[in-house]
Amino acid sequence: MRLTNLSRAMTLTLGAAVAALALPAQADIKIGSSLAQTGPASFLGDPEAKTLKMLVEELNANGGVNGEMIELVMYDDGADANKARTFATRMVEDDEVVAVVGGSSTGATMAMIPVFEEAGIPFISLAGAVVIIDPVRKWVFKTPHTDRMACGKIYEDMNKRGISKIGIIGGTGGFGKSMHGQCVDVAPDYGIEIVAQETYGPKDADMTPQLTKIAGAEGLQAVLNPGFGQGPAIVTRNYAQLGIDVPLYQSHGVASKSFIDLAGDAAEGVRLPASALLVADKLPDSDPQKSVVVGYRDAYMAATGDSVSTFGGHAYDGFKMVIAAIERAGSSDPAAIRDEIEKTTGFIGTAGEVNMSADDHLGLDLTAFRMLEVKNGEWTLVE
Amino acid sequence: MSEFLQFLFSGITVGSVYALVALGFILIFNASGVVNFAQGEFVMLGGMITYFTYSAGVPLAAAAVFAILVTCLAGVALNKLAIGPARGASVVSLIIITIGASIFLRGLAQVVFDKQLHRFPSISGDDPISIGGATILPQSLWIIGGALGAFLALYLFFSHTLTGKAVLATANNKLAAQLVGIGTNNMMTLSFALSAAVGALGGVLMTPVTLTSYDVGLTLALKGFAGAILGGMGSPFGALAGGLLVGLIEAMTAGYISSEYKDAVAFIVILLVLFVMPNGLFGRSALERV
Repeated sequence: MRLTNLSRAMTLTLGAAVAALALPAQADIKIGSSLAQTGPASFLGDPEAKTLKMLVEELNANGGVNGEMIELVMYDDGADANKARTFATRMVEDDEVVAVVGGSSTGATMAMIPVFEEAGIPFISLAGAVVIIDPVRKWVFKTPHTDRMACGKIYEDMNKRGISKIGIIGGTGGFGKSMHGQCVDVAPDYGIEIVAQETYGPKDADMTPQLTKIAGAEGLQAVLNPGFGQGPAIVTRNYAQLGIDVPLYQSHGVASKSFIDLAGDAAEGVRLPASALLVADKLPDSDPQKSVVVGYRDAYMAATGDSVSTFGGHAYDGFKMVIAAIERAGSSDPAAIRDEIEKTTGFIGTAGEVNMSADDHLGLDLTAFRMLEVKNGEWTLVE
Repeated sequence: MSEFLQFLFSGITVGSVYALVALGFILIFNASGVVNFAQGEFVMLGGMITYFTYSAGVPLAAAAVFAILVTCLAGVALNKLAIGPARGASVVSLIIITIGASIFLRGLAQVVFDKQLHRFPSISGDDPISIGGATILPQSLWIIGGALGAFLALYLFFSHTLTGKAVLATANNKLAAQLVGIGTNNMMTLSFALSAAVGALGGVLMTPVTLTSYDVGLTLALKGFAGAILGGMGSPFGALAGGLLVGLIEAMTAGYISSEYKDAVAFIVILLVLFVMPNGLFGRSALERV
């Protein structure tokens, strides 16, 4: 009997102690996120999730924001729009989050938008498509640059070199197809005339017929290859094999060291637009983005052991903007946070300088991209 | 003219790759009547194992031989562990098992290797050879040579050796083959091993040109299968001709019509040929004995 009483008392004390310990860890500000941590888009969601977890830990260790701790409520939607919508409802009704950073894929983002619009929760998407912010929705923002901007950056460089007649050879995968369309669409704005267009399948082994056709086009001055994966490397090798002597432009989809490894010597002289994050070391010290991208890259590599990707950078930008907005608003009221996100100006993120406004919920311009050229097997900055 | 030559070179190179896959298909088909949909995975294994052995510091030739041997073992394992236990099941069930095996091998490659694209150096350099204004890579000649060599070897094997004839007999009538003293199980194992070797050889030869990754097998299997069907399932010459034809049709369509339609045109031609000649270009019609 005495023993039972004793154990009961001990349980109570222990329980109270645990409760007391747990109390300070209980967060005051809840930020939601639904990412594709697994599934076909996990190459997006995985670095995004790791980045958010890393940033929340870092922030809370430094005393949080406005003296309050941040709690991250994270769900894995596997890029499934149905799941994303369910999680969105859960975040609004059960978790009562004040802002949401996430939605790795465009599909998941579009499914979640109506929920957050109705509830009045600010939502920063990490997905690529331009439909997310065009037309502008009151509660919706996004951080990644668009493929339309990549086309613009390439055309800008072509204008500088006096190139006006180009051929496009595009992959038929999702990325290549979308960018191909955007590049055709935006070409007249830069006075670029497209004299030949060809495509190839994402798994094709040889593109010499398409390139031979393009090379035969009248007045050709350059060739552009929007694509992702093995296609661009094979196009680059075939290009060298055929000895086509006009400049070749690749897209930001292959801006990594592995492209140079796969394409070998054929990659010499190839130009492409890329996020500053990938050339962190190459940026001059005077570059305003240098400290941001080097800092994020080093922190991410130290925390995860993985190499850094632009996708994690999108999450970095989104989270930092939300925290800055909460700080400026001095409260965690969703409407106040939304107003402050929209007022973001001069924010230097991994994607570039962000200047939001009531009619621009992306806030990036072409400075988001750097033009790179392969020289002696290394990326070098053009400019 | 130089344009036509360029399209021709491209078509023959890609066609030879398809032909190597098609030859692998007919090897197993000839012994068992089963279409092995894991054929593309043999090609993938050939390329991936060579790459990883080569980057571990082994000379390229040794890495290639090692990859072909390991893939042979994978072929034998596929027969012993997946097809063998289900023997007696209908051919359709066996084909479904090979689809499962292909998904399994793809998954395994993701875990054992990685999900990145890989390439190793060409056998005789990357300087293109110029012929009549068109160019061809030395590696393409190796691929074409590999396809021709594999075809010749298989042709001689099936028509001039007792073992080859025993394999054909096994496919034709298993019971009768057993009655005349053929070890039918051994014949099955042999044909799986040979088929895996031909696939792996294709993977080794094509990787410097086409690159490789864990998921290259699926498309190759489809195109190679189309080639084998077009040529007439079962005949080595048909596999060679069918594979080359599919590659040539693709290249010519991309060159003279539009690259948008190259896959569509290739499959339309196959459908039309099969409509007129249901047994393919070089296939013999199956005889049903009563």
